[in-house]
Amino acid sequence: MTTLQDVFAKAKAENRAALIGYLPAGFPSKEGAVKAAAAIVEAGCDVIEIGLPYSDPLMDGPTIQDAVHVALSQGTRIADVMRTVEGVAATGAATLVMTYWNPIDRYGADRFARDLASAGGTGTITPDLTPEEAEPWRVASAEAGIDTVFLVAPSSTPDRIKAVVDCCTGFVYAASLMGITGARDSVNAAAEGLVARTRAHTDLPVCVGLGIGNGRQAAEVAAYADGVIVGSAFIRLLLDAPDEASGLAAVRKLAAELAEGVRQR
Amino acid sequence: MAHDGTILTAADLAGNGTYGNDPDLRGKFGIFGGRYVPEALIPALDEVAQTYEKAKNDASFIREFDHLLRTYAGRPTTLTDVPRFSEEAGGARVILKREDLTHTGAHKINNVLGQALLTKRLGKKRVIAETGAGQHGVATATAAALMGLECVIYMGAVDCERQALNVARMKLLGATVVPVHNGSKTLKDAINEAFRDWVTNVDSTHYLFGTVAGPHPFPEIVRDFARIIGVEARRQMLELTGQLPTAVCAAVGGGSNAIGIFHAFIGDRDVQIHGYEAAGRGLESGEHALTLTAGSVGVLHGSRTYVLQDDEGQTIESHSISAGLDYPGVGPEHAWLKDSGRATYHGVTDDEAMAAFSLLARTEGIIPAIESSHALAGALKLGQELGPEATILVNLSGRGDKDMGTAMKYFGL
Ligand SMILES: Cc1ncc(COP(=O)(O)O)c(C=O)c1O
Repeated sequence: MTTLQDVFAKAKAENRAALIGYLPAGFPSKEGAVKAAAAIVEAGCDVIEIGLPYSDPLMDGPTIQDAVHVALSQGTRIADVMRTVEGVAATGAATLVMTYWNPIDRYGADRFARDLASAGGTGTITPDLTPEEAEPWRVASAEAGIDTVFLVAPSSTPDRIKAVVDCCTGFVYAASLMGITGARDSVNAAAEGLVARTRAHTDLPVCVGLGIGNGRQAAEVAAYADGVIVGSAFIRLLLDAPDEASGLAAVRKLAAELAEGVRQR
Repeated sequence: MAHDGTILTAADLAGNGTYGNDPDLRGKFGIFGGRYVPEALIPALDEVAQTYEKAKNDASFIREFDHLLRTYAGRPTTLTDVPRFSEEAGGARVILKREDLTHTGAHKINNVLGQALLTKRLGKKRVIAETGAGQHGVATATAAALMGLECVIYMGAVDCERQALNVARMKLLGATVVPVHNGSKTLKDAINEAFRDWVTNVDSTHYLFGTVAGPHPFPEIVRDFARIIGVEARRQMLELTGQLPTAVCAAVGGGSNAIGIFHAFIGDRDVQIHGYEAAGRGLESGEHALTLTAGSVGVLHGSRTYVLQDDEGQTIESHSISAGLDYPGVGPEHAWLKDSGRATYHGVTDDEAMAAFSLLARTEGIIPAIESSHALAGALKLGQELGPEATILVNLSGRGDKDMGTAMKYFGL
């Protein structure tokens, strides 16, 4: 199993940023999600975040909402998420689950952490779990040996950044902007400052996500961050593709462009 | 006691722990409440909490709020004895707290005026809100017009249709109404959309949350601004009947009108507290909003509380004939009151609510909101149990004008 530590050590040795891709489980279909992930890993993506489709994704923009809607209408369950993780981890990419808190809470924190570890998952990103409420998840994750990634935002004060990074293992997720997921025309200028402010409190890698969708933006972010996170741009291509084969070709092409970008720092 | 013709004291506003039941520093009522939100929103929630903490101990804030409640909202609202209606309630004496008589026609105006004043203190120029029945949207649009704030209201597309009159009112008041087409197209999805707006525009915008759910500090703030209902009603009951009621009843959607009337009675251990949720087409049908009665503990919209959810934590869509009760979550303080046993929650079906709606209209000449009709139907049942010696105080949270479309369809008028 490839760990986040392996990924960032390798990227550092190659003097580049890591490329992290996000795809929801069950989208465009249960098998399609693994195929799409495999395609972008083949094209140079280091880490895959598998999204756990949730009925009330209040941090997500229309693109991810649409994909999650597809996944849920096809009956995607947590067992499918675990199977997806297994399939993706087999490609050699470090594989995380990104999920809102309630599905873990309901499934049982210990059970979720154990099942994810057995599936070959290396950790989770939990965007609506704040340090105040994170204790049960940190304990369960430590027990199962998986990483816990939490988010800092442009609005975060130094105290908040400290509280968040103290809960993180693996890396810290810096949200580039105040807003929801979705590709944007340009990367928010606040992202660089946020990364610098975060580094003041931690030696963990700091990765930037939200609003990144092309090679130029990836290169721009790779100049100051340890990792570049891309989700909606991949999903948009899959949503717009007339069939599975062209969708896979499109995400492979984008992943190659982004992989190129993270190598141009 | 109130003074100088005012209706509100600092203690009235906040209760200040007098009645127990204030959340802890993390916004927890026991295991319920808290904050499950993107980190990006934490500073804004902190700012709201700190601004409110200052305001509630500031005499000038209390004076301003009091002034608006008296001269704009039309407080105090009266109590009304409903003897002809009571005949169907086992002869128990049913007394209504008339929030339907407030400006804009529902209890929502109390919270909205408080939070609109808070918005000014926050230095923000734009307010957003979710709405189900449209009453919170209308109240927010009203306060925004009064105070010169930009106003955007998120409303589920289904609700826009069944509460079309309120959509028109909001537009007339200068608000932008955004129909939400995601998910169940009702209140839950309107809240999701409002949160997305808030996290994007938080520098300029206050999220004027409409009920006692959501992340801390909303459950506490909305409760405190609605507390006046129970504070007044308690005094008025003592004046009118010489004693406290046997029971207090209210409908529960998110829970703001209910906590508003309950809170002043929580310390009165002999007073029963009953909340009525929407049982829709009945528990067995699966089409209901029985969050406290049939839900389980989880996290929805930033708060740990009872939720309608499946075995993997996916929210189950609720159903109610009343848009204002059509919500699969509930305020954390109600979850706490339920588990502590201090309050009891029951279901009232669409049909029972509509029967009570029609009964109150015909026996007393008062057309209630369908939301409030759930509490009326509850009082009818409770009266049968408690008997003729009992006095039952019901929060008539709103008037039924907005529900004429639904009533015309339901009764074939
Ligand atoms: C008249 C009326 N009563 C009750 C409610 C339910 O909300 P809550 O439970 O927060 O009082 C609404 C909500 O729109 C309403 O308009």
